[in-house]
Amino acid sequence: MSAVLVYFESVGAELTSAQQELITLADAVGEVQVVTGSTTSDAVHALALEGVHTLYTGEGEIHAPDPAVIDLLETAVQETRAHAVLARNTADTTDALARLAVRLDTGLITDGVGLSHDLRVTKSVLAGSYTTTARVAEGRPLIATMKPNSTEPHLVPGGAPEIVTLPVTAAAAEQLRVLERTPLEASDRPSLTEARCVVAGGRGLDGDFGPLEELADELGAAIGASRAATDAGWIDHAAQVGQTGVTVSPQLYISAGISGAIQQRAGMQTAQTIVAINKDEDAPVFEIADFGVVGDLFEVVPQMVEELRRRRS
Amino acid sequence: MPDAAAGTPLHIITLVKSVPDAQLERRFTEERHIDRSEGVLGELDEYPLETALRIKETAEEREIRVTALTMGPTGASAAAKKALQIGADDAYVLTDDALAGADISATSTALRAAIERIQQVSELDAQLLVVTGMASDDGESGAVPAQLAERLGVHLLSQATSVELSEGRLVVTRTATVEQQKVSAALPAVVSVTDQANDPRYPNFKAIMAAKKKPLTELSLTSVGIGPTAVKPRAQVLTAEPRPPRHGGTVITDEGDAGVQIVDFLQKERVL
Repeated sequence: MSAVLVYFESVGAELTSAQQELITLADAVGEVQVVTGSTTSDAVHALALEGVHTLYTGEGEIHAPDPAVIDLLETAVQETRAHAVLARNTADTTDALARLAVRLDTGLITDGVGLSHDLRVTKSVLAGSYTTTARVAEGRPLIATMKPNSTEPHLVPGGAPEIVTLPVTAAAAEQLRVLERTPLEASDRPSLTEARCVVAGGRGLDGDFGPLEELADELGAAIGASRAATDAGWIDHAAQVGQTGVTVSPQLYISAGISGAIQQRAGMQTAQTIVAINKDEDAPVFEIADFGVVGDLFEVVPQMVEELRRRRS
Repeated sequence: MPDAAAGTPLHIITLVKSVPDAQLERRFTEERHIDRSEGVLGELDEYPLETALRIKETAEEREIRVTALTMGPTGASAAAKKALQIGADDAYVLTDDALAGADISATSTALRAAIERIQQVSELDAQLLVVTGMASDDGESGAVPAQLAERLGVHLLSQATSVELSEGRLVVTRTATVEQQKVSAALPAVVSVTDQANDPRYPNFKAIMAAKKKPLTELSLTSVGIGPTAVKPRAQVLTAEPRPPRHGGTVITDEGDAGVQIVDFLQKERVL
């Protein structure tokens, strides 16, 4: 069976849900090999899974924007003779896979949501208004980035993979040097793009995300926001869902105090179930909501929280 | 080191794209290409243009030219003209029938050839800085800047939220997957900027009039020195189906129990 190379920016003690999904997708189309530029000592346990054969690393840590990441990927492809390379669709991995595709003179398909046995990639384009399938030219390896929430992870514990260190090291820092690194604010909540449930707020919150945070805690949800809310500085820009922000496709999207203009809808209309709360009955969000409430979110949302708690106890 | 680069001119080439207006219905053609017959300057392309203009305005001693480059169907020159109104010094439009349905690979190949051609004809003997948006407003892959950097053999600094020139080097703040990075790189380079990088300016009447006198040059694949086989797509779209439109479900007006009703709905839909 041909190899499928899965690239992770880093592997820690536990795989993230997006990493689990990628291994599940890869396992369906070939023999899974993992390559990463950054591991902790327990990474090998995280990858002790049926179907995962080898873990390739470089000599020492290799991170974006270091172009050695592409050397690492290229060497791993040569080593495994992989007929497909898969990774998540973050900006840094997209850069790495894009450059790898140039070196291998093959096609790149980004933001896939499905992968068939004959390596056709399904994706959602033009803000969710079209679904396309695409493949790379005959006889060339597929290079693809996949969106989280594309498949149900299905992993079976197995033996530890073999670890192979490839002769690739970080590039000399003279030409391209990282002067400072500041970790992005960590949160106990799931990340917006990976979350199965997203609770999003907009102008109607009037600066107060408190009720939505309580609801998100109750649902184990990530918090999103409209551009109006991020532009007003009520919440970090990273929370912005929409055309120029993050695109999410969770199982459940709860929209509160967001009118749902086309830019916002572009970021969330592929969610499975949409619930909307807005005081304006003409808000466009009701045109796409599976369940809509015309009402005051400051009354409706706390009542939801109370009801969820009551049913749980 | 004193500012050794100060005497060398800098050529900033910004990539702008004519994209179908996101406010209107966007569609695929029968050939499974995004219909780009009518377009506007992509919103995400206003940020790199602003970045380029600010670099030019803050570097007092240095000769800096800001060029807008677009690639697309005949109507794409509208995006280049808009870039001239906003403040680019000159503009180039690469149009060729062989580029219809260009994928990421074909696009970056054609743009590389165009950039090298523009450098030749500009006779500036300048350092090169290519500035792009974080993604196009239609294809949205965000992968063209990386492929372009790889093909040009220059540094890539993507997802920049601030871009400065300091002693001839680029200093960029960028958003990486788990951290914010401040990165310094030597030129030449490709930089992609996000919509957090700046507040783009609007052209005023004077700028709109002045733009009419600025040079706008048409390019073809032949004039940039590559043949149609070089831009043969490496990825093909096999099917493109409109997604069935989402229909609104039940909408109720809160009569004091809407929160409970939502929870009922979620339980019925088994999404809790």
